[in-house]
Amino acid sequence: MPFSNLEELQQRMQSGESNAVAIARSYMMRIQEQNANINAFVHLDQDSVIAQAQASDEHRKQHGARLLEGLPIAIKDIFCTRGENTTCCSNILKGFVPAYDAEVIRRLREAGAVLLGKTNMDEFAMGSSNETSAFGPVKNPWDTDRIPGGSSGGSAAAVAAGFAPAALGTDTGGSIRQPASLCGLVGLKPTYGSISRRGIIAFASSLDQAGPMTRTVTDNARLMSVMAGQDAGDSTSMPVPHANTWLDACGKTDMKGLKIGRPKEYFIEGIDPEVRQRIEDALAQCEALGAEIVDISLPHTKHATAAYYVIAPSEASANLSRYDGVRYGHRTEDPANLDDLYSISRDEGFGEEVKRRILTGAFALSSGYYEAYYTKAQKVRTLIRQDFEKAFEQVDIIATPASPITAFKIGEKTNDPLTMYLADIFTIALNLAGLPGMSQPCGLANGLPVGLQWIAPAWQEGTIYNAASAYESATTWHTQTPEVKS
Amino acid sequence: MDIDVHKIARLARIRLTDDEATTLGPQLVSIIGYVESLQAVDTENVPTTAHPHDIFMPLRDDTVTNSDNREALQASAPALDSGLYTVPKVIE
Repeated sequence: MPFSNLEELQQRMQSGESNAVAIARSYMMRIQEQNANINAFVHLDQDSVIAQAQASDEHRKQHGARLLEGLPIAIKDIFCTRGENTTCCSNILKGFVPAYDAEVIRRLREAGAVLLGKTNMDEFAMGSSNETSAFGPVKNPWDTDRIPGGSSGGSAAAVAAGFAPAALGTDTGGSIRQPASLCGLVGLKPTYGSISRRGIIAFASSLDQAGPMTRTVTDNARLMSVMAGQDAGDSTSMPVPHANTWLDACGKTDMKGLKIGRPKEYFIEGIDPEVRQRIEDALAQCEALGAEIVDISLPHTKHATAAYYVIAPSEASANLSRYDGVRYGHRTEDPANLDDLYSISRDEGFGEEVKRRILTGAFALSSGYYEAYYTKAQKVRTLIRQDFEKAFEQVDIIATPASPITAFKIGEKTNDPLTMYLADIFTIALNLAGLPGMSQPCGLANGLPVGLQWIAPAWQEGTIYNAASAYESATTWHTQTPEVKS
Repeated sequence: MDIDVHKIARLARIRLTDDEATTLGPQLVSIIGYVESLQAVDTENVPTTAHPHDIFMPLRDDTVTNSDNREALQASAPALDSGLYTVPKVIE
């Protein structure tokens, strides 16, 4: 049961074999027993979970089941949840209780989901290892000496450890796909604009997107079809075409006629040879399923990380200026003047990585440097977009590794921020281009999960669901689970 | 490249202790040194991208959508007086 997927849980509730309350209780018991070992959850209000589950069972009796009826979903601590702690795992938001739900949370509730607590993450989603959290690092259930990836590391670890059947994450430069890859899950970063950002604590607004982290491709499409859609509360959200076809897109069992691009820039020196082999094996499997593999080039790939580390910190430095110690969040005691109130509150409240990014952004936006850094990075962003546009004239979808390496050891990269930044080299480019991308399990390397990344043109999540479900139907990697000790 | 970390920290309204400045200064230099590689890219006549899709700002109907929720919204404020946020004195 801890490793059941959403479809299985739903069948058990439909047949009357179980109900939402019993399912919620069993996950909470497992969390209570084992969370100390993994540190995936940072807030869990048991009474609230049971109340939601009871309401869902009642709804099922009275009116029948909605799309997510009674299904427990773990929520990254970046989503505002009305009346419940939301801290983005930062001391500056310690004790913050939002007065409203994020639009995505509203949609989940409306579809009958049971929100199962808030999961650990890198502070303000800035990190690739979940080591920058104010609540301490998360451990990878596959090997508790190792990181789960980040920034949605708590969400990934929660699902991988069998604490929840699915979770929500957010992805600014790889924060859903990289932890999904390192923990053996299906994680989707949808097309920019698919999911409302209202009520999701902002990091880099032109890159941030929420998305589902699940055990199977079908579960992923089920959650996505609830989460996606335009919202008047987020002017960058857009009408989403074909959202009602995603679940059906998961019935695919072959890849006949599918042209898969294999970009040479993603199969470079420095990638773990075992990881590379798993991806090559996966591509061979795709060929066996009828796909044609086409060698392509995305020539500006090598500049994506540099462009990202100008654009994301610049947007972050603007977004995080709202934490001023006045309206909410941490406020220093007895500041001498207004300037001290701002600067000491921010020094005390923000962790090291967050300060590093704010300062990087403030530098890139400062007078005399703006053109050379920020404007330049925005132009390179255009070139990266155009690379993908050209590639998609030749192929339907692109396949790459999601991460060049498997999960590394806790503490291994914390001394050198720049090495840590390079953990995201394969996930960043598509955030800059606004494209959808998914990581799905494609085997183990040295006993640790490896993720195959799919990249599609904007609004073509259906193509990803087609390809990923065909691959899933021919393999058993998604059914592998770690042994979690309490 | 030389970066005045104290000046940047002032712009960002973050107090830096001497210890922090000693660590963050060189790290900032190394990060900026890395993104410096962008200068090598030919971007002659390339437009900027601020938003991934070519769209216009959508307009919604001009109707009132937010109601008074002051008490709930101020519940998380660190210091209030009669429903107003308080800060140290700014005018002598």
